[in-house]
Amino acid sequence: MAEELFDVEAAPPGNTVEEFLRMERMPHIWCPGCGIGTTVNCFAHALETSGLDLSRVAVVSGIGCTGRVAGYINLDSFHATHGRAIPFATGLKLANPELKVVVYSGDGDLTAIGGNHFIHACRRNLDLTVILINNFIYGMTGGQVAPTTPQTATASTTPFGNFEQPFNLPYLAESSGAVYVARWTAYHVRHVTKAIKEAIAKKGFSFVEILAPCPTLFSRRNKLGDGLDQMMYFRDHSEIRNDADTKSIGIDFQGKIILGKFVDKERPTYLDAMNEYYRNKLGDRYVPYNG
Amino acid sequence: MNNKKSTADPRGVLTGAHFIDGDHACCEGAIAAGCRFVAGYPITPSTEVVERIAERFPFVGGVFIQMEDEIASSIAIQGAVWGGKKSMTVTSGPGFSLMMEHIGYAAMTETPCVFVDVQRAGPSTGLPTQPGQGDMMQARWGSHGDYGIIALSPNSPQECFDLTIKAFNLAEIYRVPVLFMMDECVGHMTERVMIPPADTIEIVERHYYDGPRDEFELYRPGPNLVPPMVKAGDGYNIHVTGLTHDEHGYPNMTVATQEKLIPRLVNKIRYNVADILDYEEDGVEGADVVVVSYGITSRTAVPAIEQARREGVKVGHLRLIVCWPFPEQRIAELSAKVRGFVVPEINLGQMVLEVERGTSGRSAVRSVPHSGGSVHNPRDIYQAIIGMKG
Amino acid sequence: MTREKTKKGRGSIVITAERCKGCAFCVEFCPTEALKLSEQYNKKGYHPPVLISEEKCNGCNVCGLMCPDFAIYGFVHGKKAS
Repeated sequence: MAEELFDVEAAPPGNTVEEFLRMERMPHIWCPGCGIGTTVNCFAHALETSGLDLSRVAVVSGIGCTGRVAGYINLDSFHATHGRAIPFATGLKLANPELKVVVYSGDGDLTAIGGNHFIHACRRNLDLTVILINNFIYGMTGGQVAPTTPQTATASTTPFGNFEQPFNLPYLAESSGAVYVARWTAYHVRHVTKAIKEAIAKKGFSFVEILAPCPTLFSRRNKLGDGLDQMMYFRDHSEIRNDADTKSIGIDFQGKIILGKFVDKERPTYLDAMNEYYRNKLGDRYVPYNG
Repeated sequence: MNNKKSTADPRGVLTGAHFIDGDHACCEGAIAAGCRFVAGYPITPSTEVVERIAERFPFVGGVFIQMEDEIASSIAIQGAVWGGKKSMTVTSGPGFSLMMEHIGYAAMTETPCVFVDVQRAGPSTGLPTQPGQGDMMQARWGSHGDYGIIALSPNSPQECFDLTIKAFNLAEIYRVPVLFMMDECVGHMTERVMIPPADTIEIVERHYYDGPRDEFELYRPGPNLVPPMVKAGDGYNIHVTGLTHDEHGYPNMTVATQEKLIPRLVNKIRYNVADILDYEEDGVEGADVVVVSYGITSRTAVPAIEQARREGVKVGHLRLIVCWPFPEQRIAELSAKVRGFVVPEINLGQMVLEVERGTSGRSAVRSVPHSGGSVHNPRDIYQAIIGMKG
Repeated sequence: MTREKTKKGRGSIVITAERCKGCAFCVEFCPTEALKLSEQYNKKGYHPPVLISEEKCNGCNVCGLMCPDFAIYGFVHGKKAS
């Protein structure tokens, strides 16, 4: 068989992800082996092929390592207070429903201090996309326990191991009313990209949980190696089961991880429900709201 | 001021004579001012504001959302501002305390919005249905760190209408959160409120940047120390953060950046104080005693002042309309001329501290405190005036 | 632009060595095992990746998607990086 010969460009194409980044702020602050940057690549690629008008996409982050994403993304980006990205995003979206508003924040920010806002936004089916990077720990502040830290794992505020049961986030999201719920890991880059794309396109509250390594704190404290070791754990211990009942997919310490798109259903968004309800109830006097 | 002015949208203005309470009047003032996003959480005695908003907004193209708590409400309104709306939240003492972080966030990010606090007796759960004025210092200093703030004190349902409009206008001029310090009495008192024709109501528009796109900096101040705004969706790829930031909006956590930004947030108000201050004086020139009051107490002080005047005491009355920034210059001027000041408030002495500071010891200052739960007996104010006259 | 026909893989990579933090995601997860960490150091003391052999790279850009530091990406010859 003859060897195939290929044209070779004198100059290779640029990295398209850079259009989505505030390159003047590179290098970013994330540690070697941290998975957050990996998910940002996926986010950028999802946006690139989404066909969206990027001037109408806004990113809202909270506080924490993942909270720094807003500061690196070259879109209208908002770095809100700790736990409050979702209510900020609520106001932003309701003020201008033409915006695509993506909340991009961490497990501690969104489900501890932000937990109340998370469940209510699910309940209301606000048309938001929430990308939650779950590294099982509070990274930025030095490795404290999070509501997602698996039992027995060590953290700086659970130095003898965590005895609390963690959240099962897809279950929480589904039971609170989210219409799109998926879980992937930073290893599963193509699935993550596809999930983000679907979640952004989906009308209603779309939730994507992405497990990611925190080598400096979670892995180191628990003697799990480095970021690469954690990525290999994600690769080797996960199973894709799109039909899984979210009730059963909690994660034990270094245990099996069930991944997939668990919920993808339809329900009127907050604004659609509001407009429909008031139109029916109030008739012609109602001034429909679209921004 | 770089802002354009316009007049109220007539579709939101219920021109005419009304017999409504302060809470309801505040709602009408907000609608007249162009507010079309309200996020709130019920708390006595403020709830009627958002109840009326909920009834009115479907007919004027607004969105009201009852959020899950005050913390969510106080930042949802800021998201709405960056989405292009004028927005407001409403609360009382316990909720006001919860909102403190976000008042600071609004000050730091220079997000124009209005926070209404219908004060009740505190601290803590206190007397939910009864008046207090105990949040006044909190209004100035409640959030952590240094920042400038504007706060107003209406003393009637009519002022709840008029001054809410002023609150929104001030927020837009100075790109600052404005605190509307009502009290339970003013909020729940029903009086005549005249709502004028929409075309006589002056509205200050948000100052949106209109220069060359590539020269825009979200936090580069104009000559009055106020930067112009843009909103999400305008294609500027803005970044807004509560971290100490440079003129572009990027976090820059250095002493030099802090020194550049934070004093400007304070000076934005300080340097413009002459345009912001608002107080009402009655018989202050030539007075021996000046009563300094605000809110409902400015009305309970009137019979006391009148009685003292009938007895020949030269009593002046200085009523704060804008309570922050405080008119310390005016107090300093007066302190050289008067025997003393009497400061009645439904708290154990808050604004009186500002009066004392203003006098620098040049004249006497007497507080007429009240622990909260009702208005003063005017006799107590009268006694203080008589005691001051010498 | 000069074009050469050459015996190479379907694609290739571009590395911004100074951005690399040596996490080795790209090396470990490259589907064709086309990468290894170089012997060289970058300024921060990390070993950036290098192509082991040009023939092995198929331009899939898994390395680009994986890289947390935006320090590497792959592309198919004659096409945009995707």
